[in-house]
Amino acid sequence: MFQYIVRRILIALPVLFGVTIFSFLIVNMAPGNPVEMQINPDATAADIALKKEALGLNDPLYVQYVRWLSGILHGNFGFSFSTHQAVTGMISDRIGPTLLLMGTAIIIAYLIAIPIGILSATRQYSWMDYLSTSFSFLGISIPHFFLGLGAIYVFSIVFQIFPTGGMNTLGGTGGFADTFNHLILPALVLGTGIAGSMVRYVRSSVLEILGQDYLRTARSKGLKEFFVINKHALRNALIPIITVIGMDIPLLIGGAVVTEQIFQWPGLGQLTIQSIGSRDYPTLMAMNLMAAVAVLLSNLITDVLYSVADPRIKYN
Amino acid sequence: MSSNLLEVEKLQTAFKNDKGEVISVDEVTFNLKPGETIGIVGESGCGKSVTSLSVMRLLGKSGYIKKGSIKLGGNDLAQLPEAHMRHIRGNEISMIFQEPMTSLNPVFTIGNQMMELILLHMKLSKKEAKMYAIEMLKKVGIPRAEEIIHEYPHKLSGGMRQRVMIAMALSCKPKLLIADEPTTALDVTIQAQILELMKKLRQESNTAIMMISHDLGVIAEMADKVLVMYAGQVVEEADVFALFDEPKHPYTKGLMESIPHLEYDSHERLASIPGTVPTLKHMPKGCRFHTRCPFANEKCKNEKPPLLSINQHDEHKVRCWLYEDQHQQILADTQREVHA
Ligand SMILES: Nc1ncnc2c1ncn2[C@@H]1O[C@H](COP(=O)(O)OP(=O)(O)O)[C@@H](O)[C@H]1O
Ligand SMILES: [Mg+2]
Repeated sequence: MFQYIVRRILIALPVLFGVTIFSFLIVNMAPGNPVEMQINPDATAADIALKKEALGLNDPLYVQYVRWLSGILHGNFGFSFSTHQAVTGMISDRIGPTLLLMGTAIIIAYLIAIPIGILSATRQYSWMDYLSTSFSFLGISIPHFFLGLGAIYVFSIVFQIFPTGGMNTLGGTGGFADTFNHLILPALVLGTGIAGSMVRYVRSSVLEILGQDYLRTARSKGLKEFFVINKHALRNALIPIITVIGMDIPLLIGGAVVTEQIFQWPGLGQLTIQSIGSRDYPTLMAMNLMAAVAVLLSNLITDVLYSVADPRIKYN
Repeated sequence: MSSNLLEVEKLQTAFKNDKGEVISVDEVTFNLKPGETIGIVGESGCGKSVTSLSVMRLLGKSGYIKKGSIKLGGNDLAQLPEAHMRHIRGNEISMIFQEPMTSLNPVFTIGNQMMELILLHMKLSKKEAKMYAIEMLKKVGIPRAEEIIHEYPHKLSGGMRQRVMIAMALSCKPKLLIADEPTTALDVTIQAQILELMKKLRQESNTAIMMISHDLGVIAEMADKVLVMYAGQVVEEADVFALFDEPKHPYTKGLMESIPHLEYDSHERLASIPGTVPTLKHMPKGCRFHTRCPFANEKCKNEKPPLLSINQHDEHKVRCWLYEDQHQQILADTQREVHA
């Protein structure tokens, strides 16, 4: 197992290398440059040229890339073009809120998707099934920004149950309860989107298991139907569902960027949007790299979990 | 003569589908005494499995017992509430299936799956249940039972898994064991070992067995008496010796002729019954077998034959108009005896 993990990480390195080249090109192809984005109106052309030279933006792209890469290899992610803080410091300030939001969203997604998916499969073609299939369709097709704005309108403006955004009440003392109160809406919005696609996986996965011979064996022991489904069937159905988390990570990252922006959640997503706006190349590149690492890592974790959940699978 | 353990009376089982209902098993009647083995034989699709699943009441969502009764002890299983039925399954009646490769849950250990049953029906602690499971595994001839109990099913061969299924099925000392084609999926040597094991355990425990197979060889080896099924009905019922010595129903004869015999000249062609089992939706009028029967006459084509008794003690029955005279004769003889 250990060898397998090491091998997978070694295979992932060239992929990461490719991702960095690709995203470096795309980031630099975007119109505008960091200097123009933050310049004040009375700066002269000479000032701009000077600034560009100072940031190394006049060098050929490959020189800039190699400079960036050698920095990364030395653990140096550089300094933000717009705030002039160390990129690593900015990321470490913001990673906590993002992980909190994503983690809560995943938990919500599972809490919604697993029971609904099971009910929908065990009562195939009933009204429950149609209802949950419709829910999942809505969850998949409604964009996060729309759901987010709708949720703010209903829960924050009309009923005034939850705050409209942020992570803590301004001027408040903070604390867990306050953060939790701010967390609920964005996590629900993000979680519902993921739950939509997950319901479909759970449903089809359970349906596939329901015809298996070993369930008949379980029933022939005199087991209650509840255990037949929730022990024997579910445990098998969960195996493919585990892979879905791996596949959902990119979706989750994309969703978090939008959700954080709408709810003013001070996480990495918001930082990404800000650094796109200011063409803050070092920060953007760091964010891209992190997203790529997260996706590759989640695939690896998925495969490892797979072998834990299914005794028939052993890696070597 | 000891009394019956199981009395199945005019069982009719149906399945609902979107087009209506199909009757899969009709007018199946048989009795079974403690320790006795009844063989149920017939081509595939003729209702053997549905008959056995009816006894277990495991017909799924679309299947149901439409008519008839299944008496076990004082209870009619056809009428019993589900909660009571659960107490009987795995405890008083247990079952082993055709596919040992898929009948065990791949994600739980052998021990987990055995103990689940043992803890459900027997008053044992977890530790005792584990000891008991090991003891059962040893009984069915599984080597290294202490280790196997911690293994997952995929580590075992088909024959070993079927042994596990048998160990599990016999754990709660059931009165009735239903074995639905238990050796069909296994190769010949393993098949012989499993049958040998079942015979040995039957002797030790006095469990009655419903042995289902499409293979007359298996039936001859195991059964005390035999039901021959065709298209959802019993077409012949007889003591195993009577059936093999004097098969009556043209379908039974056809089945016998299609078994290969070692002593025969290998050039002699193996007979087989022409045609196929009619589908439930297109059941012929009259005798269900008449379309494939070489002896069919006008009556066979138009009137449904009842199961006729053709010997004195009601032990050999056949659903065939060709034996009507013989049946009348028996009736007359019995009448005379009664009057005398
Ligand atoms: N779950 C089911 N739904 C509908 N029809 C079924 C079902 N199970 C069995 N049948 C039908 O019942 C008939 C008898 O099947 P079965 O008892 O499995 O035959 P076999 O003698 O080979 O065991 C077949 O025609 C089959 O199509
Ligand atoms: Mg069958």
